[in-house]
Amino acid sequence: MTTVQNWLLDDSPNSKIQANLGNSYRMFRALMRNPLAVVGGVIILTLVLAAIFAPWIAPQTPLGQDLGARLLPPSAAHWMGTDELGRDIFSRVVYGARITLMIVALVAIISAPLGLLIGAVAGYFGGWIDKILMGITDVFLSMPKLILALAFVAALGPGIENAIIAIAITSWPAYARIARAETMTFRNSEFISATRLLGGSHTRIIVRHVLPLCTSSMIVRVTLDMAGIILTAAGLGFLGLGAQPPLPEWGAMISRGRTFILDQWWVATMPGFAIILVSLGFCFLGDGLRDVLDPKQGGKS
Amino acid sequence: MSAPLLEVENLRVSFPTPAGRVDVVKGLSFTLGRERLGIVGESGSGKSMTGRAILRLIRSPGRQSADRLVFDGIDLQAQSERGMRKLRGARISMIMQDPKFSLNPVMTVGDQIAEALKTHESLARKDVGARVLEMLHSVRINDPERVIGLYPHEVSGGMGQRIMIAMMLIPQPDLLIADEPTSALDVSVQAQVLDLIDELVREKGMGLILISHDLNLVARYCDRILVMHAGQVVESCAAADLYQATHPYTRGLLAAVPKMEETRDELPVLDRSEWSGT
Amino acid sequence: MTAISLKNLDISYGPTKVVQGVNFDVAEGESFALVGESGSGKSTVLKAIAGLAPEWTGEISVLGEARSHTVDRGFATRCQMVFQDPYGSLHPRKSVDTVLSEPLMIHGLGNRNQRVIDMLAAVGLDQRFRFRFPHQLSGGQRQRVAIARALMLEPKVMLLDEPTSALDVSVQAEILNLLKRLRREQGLTYLMVTHNLPVVSFMCDRMAVMNKGRIVEIAPASALYDGNFSDPYSQSLYAASGGNPDRKDIA
Repeated sequence: MTTVQNWLLDDSPNSKIQANLGNSYRMFRALMRNPLAVVGGVIILTLVLAAIFAPWIAPQTPLGQDLGARLLPPSAAHWMGTDELGRDIFSRVVYGARITLMIVALVAIISAPLGLLIGAVAGYFGGWIDKILMGITDVFLSMPKLILALAFVAALGPGIENAIIAIAITSWPAYARIARAETMTFRNSEFISATRLLGGSHTRIIVRHVLPLCTSSMIVRVTLDMAGIILTAAGLGFLGLGAQPPLPEWGAMISRGRTFILDQWWVATMPGFAIILVSLGFCFLGDGLRDVLDPKQGGKS
Repeated sequence: MSAPLLEVENLRVSFPTPAGRVDVVKGLSFTLGRERLGIVGESGSGKSMTGRAILRLIRSPGRQSADRLVFDGIDLQAQSERGMRKLRGARISMIMQDPKFSLNPVMTVGDQIAEALKTHESLARKDVGARVLEMLHSVRINDPERVIGLYPHEVSGGMGQRIMIAMMLIPQPDLLIADEPTSALDVSVQAQVLDLIDELVREKGMGLILISHDLNLVARYCDRILVMHAGQVVESCAAADLYQATHPYTRGLLAAVPKMEETRDELPVLDRSEWSGT
Repeated sequence: MTAISLKNLDISYGPTKVVQGVNFDVAEGESFALVGESGSGKSTVLKAIAGLAPEWTGEISVLGEARSHTVDRGFATRCQMVFQDPYGSLHPRKSVDTVLSEPLMIHGLGNRNQRVIDMLAAVGLDQRFRFRFPHQLSGGQRQRVAIARALMLEPKVMLLDEPTSALDVSVQAEILNLLKRLRREQGLTYLMVTHNLPVVSFMCDRMAVMNKGRIVEIAPASALYDGNFSDPYSQSLYAASGGNPDRKDIA
């Protein structure tokens, strides 16, 4: 164990792999020193594990109805009670993790790289390229997120895929803004000039030099935004425009439970807890990541 | 010389690192009268931290301690943060390296100097104005009436540093700590600014601590010199004797500076193993 | 042959002309200094030669070839630049090895491993620094990496922009020695921008004194021995830099 650690923390690594692994390990250790980040990490890890092993964790199928056991309060048999169709809420929440994770992951995969690339290109070239790209970005940015998403879903039709597309379309402009601001802080720096003088093309500079420097702040921002994405997805679900029944999406579950909120509080509350918990987890993790990845602290020792 | 202006004994400043706390100033001791003391050293020698520690300006997570830190009979370590704020500026002033970062960009020069004065003295507004003009005059700004209305970005580096000096000296402190006051300035302006500090310090009989990386400059403007390396004083001598310095580090530093009439084919490089024992 | 030739060079940033009517020739193998205070336009001249300040008129030629207004790949193999700030001139997330391999990759040169190893040795960096990141290096070590990067393509002309002004004097001595040795070993031509006259005395053969965007005087470096300058501005700069006997002690 200690030999591995020494190898990772070696000040004079012998290969590229060792150097990169050592760097990651140092960041990991720094992250572990932040208790909130660890809490966040554990929550997210639990979410991922729940999503992967849902069939083994959930005591019942999420869709199986049992009209004889409608609206039962939490008990040993049904940890979170049952809903109006007698479905086990705990099982639905566990399966819901899959949907939540899919929404979050797909939105991140679509919108972060898009925003990153547009922002980096705009910031690096400046001038009219910047004006055009940022003009488009501003148009998207000026519309309220949920309303825009609503409009898209209304146009494309309700459904989880369309909700994902709608959220992705509304979240990239913020990333483009960040990437542009970040790029502009070092577009005139000497290491960029040096690469140009070595004959490096603009594409090379953007891909190899600009993007890697923007990624860390992007990761932080995306992680912090995850909570918002989950809430937007839940909001769309609640309005009936996201996941369609019988999919166990948390927002849709709350929406259904609303009818019984006074007499059978658990139907709406349990998925609500799940949303809050996961949102908090992403926030904590994002905050911790910001401390570790912040280039202002990591650059100079 | 009467009672010393500043007594420092066994001053330590430490910062945490992943490998535990590291002392950047390791047991520094000196006394200062109404004289000019130079502290020289390379980056990382702890010279700037020493200057800040005297004003108790080491920020957390840094920590400082000393057996004795007495300024003009006042035990600085026993002062509350409020007590220190009263001393800073009023009795001990500090000039930093770059005026661009030390002046408030959205306040006119005149207002900032007046502010520095009003914080420490209560004067009628008319008197404040007069004192500001007088002070700008004494830092050789030719048309102070125009300059008081300017914003920091409208003045040159040399003028900015002179304004800083005016701001620091207007409450008439007893001790001036100048941390690399001219390293952001052009050579021709450097000499002017240092001559000015020198003249004002002599005139008002203040104590001066000049912190710099430049041996020759310190030798010219100070009476006494401390050479710092890795948090410790390796040599302490009268400025006039600097060129007869004995410590290998000081000698190495002196030799490493290129001369105007350079004939050496190669500059001697410090052999850092020589004094690592000290 | 002349390594660098500038004729009637005017450079502007937008509407303001920052450099006017600059003429000089640097012979191959020579070490030539551009001295002046901040705002004199000395660094701008260097940038224009490198292609980083595109708004210029006049003629610039390097090793007999006229310069275009932009950076190009062919030029990269003949002329390289070392920057002032060792903290800003290296990408914070790239290891020394990556930094030194990149020029070889851009130009499709092979045998990268060996070349990187050789270059580290040439600039006096131990092999154990090869996979370190910039934050694990001191200022002097970073500047050695920056010099090594510039030399990877084996250029003949080097543009040096205040290569030691951000360094401590003991480190400055090491870097100056290194630059001097590299020039001797590889037959390089240096065009060096600096405000430090003693450094010129150590490193250079000739110097051009710049003030407010114009060259006021071109003098041999030996003029620094006796202060034999004809222009009043050069004389005052010389005096302020410690050239005058009664100001001898200001560096």
